[in-house]
Amino acid sequence: MSFWYLQAITGLSFAMLLFLLAAGLSLIFGLMRIINLAHGALYLVASYLSLSVMRGTGSFLLALLVGAAAVTLIGLFMERRFLNRLYRMELAQVLLTFGFLFILSDLTQWVWGGEPQIMPKPALFAGSLRLGEMMFPIYRLLVIAVGIVVAVLLGLIQQYTSLGAKVRAGVDDAEMTRGLGVDLPRLFTGVFAMGAMLAGVGGVMGGPIIGANLDAAFEILLFAFVVVIIGGMGSLKGAFLASLFVGLIDTFGKALFPEYSLFTIFAPMAIVLAIRPTGLFGRT
Amino acid sequence: MRQRTRRTAMALGGFLLLLLLPAVLPSFYLGLVTEVLIFGLFAMSLNLLLGYGGLPSLGHAAYFGVAGYTVALLSFTVTQNGWLLIFLGLAMAGVTAALFGLLALRTRGDYFLMITLALGEVLWGLAFKLRSLTHAEDGISGVARPVLNLPWSFEDDVAFYVFVLVSVTLATLLLILIIESPFGKAVVGVRENEARLQVLGYNVWLCRYLAFVLAGLFGGLAGILFIFYNRFVSPADLSVILSAKALLMVILGGAGTLAGPMIGAALLVFIENEVSSLTERWLLILGLIYVVVVMFIPAGVYGGLKAKLQRRSAV
Repeated sequence: MSFWYLQAITGLSFAMLLFLLAAGLSLIFGLMRIINLAHGALYLVASYLSLSVMRGTGSFLLALLVGAAAVTLIGLFMERRFLNRLYRMELAQVLLTFGFLFILSDLTQWVWGGEPQIMPKPALFAGSLRLGEMMFPIYRLLVIAVGIVVAVLLGLIQQYTSLGAKVRAGVDDAEMTRGLGVDLPRLFTGVFAMGAMLAGVGGVMGGPIIGANLDAAFEILLFAFVVVIIGGMGSLKGAFLASLFVGLIDTFGKALFPEYSLFTIFAPMAIVLAIRPTGLFGRT
Repeated sequence: MRQRTRRTAMALGGFLLLLLLPAVLPSFYLGLVTEVLIFGLFAMSLNLLLGYGGLPSLGHAAYFGVAGYTVALLSFTVTQNGWLLIFLGLAMAGVTAALFGLLALRTRGDYFLMITLALGEVLWGLAFKLRSLTHAEDGISGVARPVLNLPWSFEDDVAFYVFVLVSVTLATLLLILIIESPFGKAVVGVRENEARLQVLGYNVWLCRYLAFVLAGLFGGLAGILFIFYNRFVSPADLSVILSAKALLMVILGGAGTLAGPMIGAALLVFIENEVSSLTERWLLILGLIYVVVVMFIPAGVYGGLKAKLQRRSAV
């Protein structure tokens, strides 16, 4: 019995990490039409930086702040200096983000060495919660909570603020939105920076469970793309539901049929692509 | 017409020069040139899609890797006959492209990039996880050079170089024929003005689909040559990193030009070789090359030069 509960907690916490990445990817793609491959590198930079801060100061909160702030700045730099000069040049933008993916991830290997490193859990959340017969690792519960809080906040912003309305309008029809007087370039910068920040939060939160690890960062980036494709590009709701789906399917798939573990998430993706190329909640 | 004769003469001269190369070049550099030819062919196959068809694929490694894995796996279990292996490798690459094309061509532009990326990653994932078949990241090694029932053994590096040179030359001629055929013109026409070609009675979807499958076949041929050269195949040969590298080669040389992709491949292979011998930070340099090419030479080295010359002769 406890196998199922533990796997469910593992799956849900992985799903929330995926959501932190996929939400930004999806909004950036939906609004700006950019496939941001550097997203995985932002995640990686944040997890390495926060690791160092955590080791130096012992404060998880400070590590979170530094990690998220640093990659937000990197995101701003990328968008202001490079991407917005390539407006609507999809291929050039993808290759540029690919370049940043290599530069940033190789820099982390240079500075921190190639060995995967796990961040110590913050003391407050280190143990397990005992409920009758079952034990729940508290840190994973924290990750789930953070994911849900971020999802709710993003949902509220998108639904009830004028910023959210502008983003929704931009996803639907960028030209028209611009015609209505919305400062689209500024909106782009804001959304890109926010996506980078979320990837940073994901990188820090993932530090104690996935660790600062180049291969793992590539893998989670790949999974986040699967989430975006299944959920539909530009849809927060889609990103959230597809994160849950992919996170749980992958965790149970790995436990039950390890040889086919990637296949269990790629097969649904291929089916979605065949039926609805724009994803379940994407605009057709 | 005169331009055509001049071009033919230049190509013939280039071929002869390359044929004589083993006489003067040490074997290490001969290996590099072999690599340039193979990746040049791979980049040219992608250029058919990207440069002429206007379809930016981020999953072109799929056909390279599928053909490589097919040859590697079958060479141990089914046959040692090189011709048969080449045929089967091409067939698998073609089938893969035929399937992927059905899915990918329902979309354009940014979605097309995303979907080709996703489809390529499916194969990469399979190669990584089907350990019993593919040995995952360890890959499959020890593949023999092709046995082709010719008077020469291709285990010898010089003979194998000539085999690659002849194969790539024939493939290039075929590609030129395709590009300059009415079908090739139609592919460019679909890129430039889809609606007009539709009105003229062209089956626009079929044009794109055929270009997609052909690009997959030529990409597969590059994969087959590479597995014979390298004797080793691993998930890296299916990865998005290889797909993006091929895109970089095409753009670095000049998309939509005949010689561009080969020049881009040559530059990248030689730069990688030089940089890797100097520092371990090749990926960092490669990342910088991406940024520099995209920001400063978007038309490519050869493409930019050609445009400049044309402008001058127009004045």
